Amino acid sequence: MNTLRSANMPSSLLPIRVTNLRLSKCDRAVLGGLNLMIDEPGITVIMGPNGAGKSLLLRSLHGLLTPDQGLITLGSLTVADSRNEQAMVFQQPVLLRRTVLKNLAFAAPEIAKTDPQRLIQALESVNLADRADQPARMLSGGEQQRLSLARALLSEPALLLLDEATASLDPASVLMIESLVKAQSAQGTKVILVSHDQGQARRLADEIVFISAGQVAEQSPADQFFTAPQTPAAKAYLAGEILL
Amino acid sequence: MDALAEAFRLIITLDEDLFEILWLSIRVSLSALAISAVISLPLGTYLAITKFPGRKFCILLLNTLMGMPPVVVGLMVYLLLSRSGPLGWLGLLYTPTAMIIAQVVLITPIIAALSNQVIENLHQEYSDTFCSMGVTGRRAVAAYLVDARYALTTCILAGFGRAIAEVGAVIIVGGNIDHLTRVMTTAIALETSKGNLTLALSLGTVLLALSLLVNALVIGVREYAAKRQYA
Repeated sequence: MNTLRSANMPSSLLPIRVTNLRLSKCDRAVLGGLNLMIDEPGITVIMGPNGAGKSLLLRSLHGLLTPDQGLITLGSLTVADSRNEQAMVFQQPVLLRRTVLKNLAFAAPEIAKTDPQRLIQALESVNLADRADQPARMLSGGEQQRLSLARALLSEPALLLLDEATASLDPASVLMIESLVKAQSAQGTKVILVSHDQGQARRLADEIVFISAGQVAEQSPADQFFTAPQTPAAKAYLAGEILL
Repeated sequence: MDALAEAFRLIITLDEDLFEILWLSIRVSLSALAISAVISLPLGTYLAITKFPGRKFCILLLNTLMGMPPVVVGLMVYLLLSRSGPLGWLGLLYTPTAMIIAQVVLITPIIAALSNQVIENLHQEYSDTFCSMGVTGRRAVAAYLVDARYALTTCILAGFGRAIAEVGAVIIVGGNIDHLTRVMTTAIALETSKGNLTLALSLGTVLLALSLLVNALVIGVREYAAKRQYA
């Protein structure tokens, strides 16, 4: 388990360097030699059309996929060595078939043993303290995702990855998750999230990485990306055109 | 009708012979079930979450063994335990232990194959999350077994249903010896052939009731799990 990091301390996993990342899915090259460097703290939002390779990139950063070729380093660490300092929230929350509290206890057995009150605090932070003893899978979709986020944040990760974590959630849950993510970022956790939601990207992003056809088409500060996108693909995406 | 009425009288008056047979049947099947569960649950789990060459063949073999004819199992165990067989020196043939061994051989592939499917489904669902949380090895296995507890219970009950209703294997290795290895199914076969329908019907009724109970338990467990989203 990680030690608690001080507020505003930059993530120890920066800079994140992705070099010549190639990854195929069903014999189709989805990421074709992608290069990327993320060296600023804050929130980076990865955007791009469906099939561009956003989720594959995120999963590669987290070590869930082994690239065909290429190198990923996070600070001075490899993906495998940095795994304990990362946490990921998936689009579909996967919760164990146990109570809400036991889901957290399973994710952080040490904390459950030495400081169980922290589990309750984690539930309070996502407004689920009163549901602690309910079966986790009986929660609504929004509540399940909030629990997934609380579970991910328990380890005080240096890098938090979110893969369309608020897709198809109700606005109240989206807002709660966004505020938690912002708060976590303010404490020094580097946040990288994949989102199709331009509104969300405008609300959260410090930086945008726009991916198209398995390559980084554009990487720029969020304000600049939304006011003056540099590439035709990004312009078309922001204009709502369908990109194939 | 007279035979049926007499059969119910035997059940209601707790007939000594009837309950001796019933008790032995349950004792043999529960023992076989306990031994089989210890073997088959870890085996099913191991095959579900471990990748190794020949894994698919092992699963295919398990699925094939699920449908193994009880008389063939009985014959195999007989050859193993008969005086000239490799384990003949143990002197187990025609004892309840031999019947337990036969039932273990019969139901282990069933529970292992069913539990394999259950754990494999769970593994597909949990693997990314477990990988993300760094949950591996024994901790992952324990989590699968705990989270699949209700589904695994129904697998075990299916094994019990198979064991208690089985006749072919236990009659070969048990010999249907009165007061020693006579269980419900073998007694029904014998009493029917002797024309003693009263005892056969009594035993049949009890066997049916047991089967009903097991199936009710399976449905109850499934409904409870589904209601709490634990299925």
